[in-house]
Amino acid sequence: MVLLDFLTRFFMKENLPSKDVARERLRLVLVHDRASVSPEFINQMKEDLIKVIREYLDIDEEALQVSLENEDDSIALVANIPVRGMRRVINQ
Amino acid sequence: MNSRVLVITSGKGGVGKTTTTANLGTALAMMDYRVVLIDTDIGLRNLDVVMGLENRIVFDIVDVVHGNCKPKQALIKDKRHEGLHLLPAAQTKDKTAVTPHQMKNLTNELRKDYDFILVDCPAGIEQGFKNAIAGADDAIIVATPEVSSVRDADRIVGLLEAAGLTNARLIINRLRSKMVKRGDMMDIDDILDILSIDLLGVVPEDESIVVSTNRGEPAVLDNSSRAGLAYRRIARRIAGEEIQIQNFDETHWIMDRFKKMLRLAR
Repeated sequence: MVLLDFLTRFFMKENLPSKDVARERLRLVLVHDRASVSPEFINQMKEDLIKVIREYLDIDEEALQVSLENEDDSIALVANIPVRGMRRVINQ
Repeated sequence: MNSRVLVITSGKGGVGKTTTTANLGTALAMMDYRVVLIDTDIGLRNLDVVMGLENRIVFDIVDVVHGNCKPKQALIKDKRHEGLHLLPAAQTKDKTAVTPHQMKNLTNELRKDYDFILVDCPAGIEQGFKNAIAGADDAIIVATPEVSSVRDADRIVGLLEAAGLTNARLIINRLRSKMVKRGDMMDIDDILDILSIDLLGVVPEDESIVVSTNRGEPAVLDNSSRAGLAYRRIARRIAGEEIQIQNFDETHWIMDRFKKMLRLAR
């Protein structure tokens, strides 16, 4: 019985032990919770992103949007960065 | 010894804050420390009934902070332990009757007479929570192995850190080892992994808690209560002893009891 239990759980993802489901759901929800608890975190990251990207692209810094979004069973960092133009790269 | 103010909090309601406060306070008093328990759940006071002291209340915390009486007049002496006192919450006033500043003054005043000041925090993250943590040196977070409770505990960790309480420790309450074993309950490592805070102790699910609450006698007074024994171990850890976190494997427990019985029989 125990072996059968184990095998069905092993081969069918739907039958994942419920504690693993709980742990994964928590992990995802906490990414969101923690980000919304400290908007400074998102803003800080936004500023750092701008700093890096500015080196390569001419971007519209005012219109830049960064957010965390749920996609199926993972969290994605979604950034919408309007590009005004390319910087000339000078090869030395 | 320097006195310490510990706030017992959780975010979510019903996870065992009050039970934990009553048991840890009683256990510390059993170790001969001078202990005062403060119920800050104004409007929903309960620590008095869990301690079995509900018939002795004359004044409450609001009377004390508003100067209607001296702290000593409001403090209720425990039935069993000389060094244990309770400052009950007010039942008829609302949460805004006390401010964080007043709480801080109150706990500071109590430091003179007590080794441990345990503050039972109300559920939620509003005024009552802010009051409860105002004077605290350390925080104890109580969580059960459920998504809702762990999520709220995470929120509390963040709020405590923002308030300068960066050394919060976790008590995992109502752990059911049978369910953990069959993969239907998060285990200790799962929860610690997610919250990344230090573990103070684990309390197993135990029917004796219901019985002891019915009677108004904290489970630590009952030598056969598994939860009571767990709380006693936690109290010793709070007092600075280094005690291993117990593994609540049912079979181990039964074997241990069996061995103990054999030893007694000899």
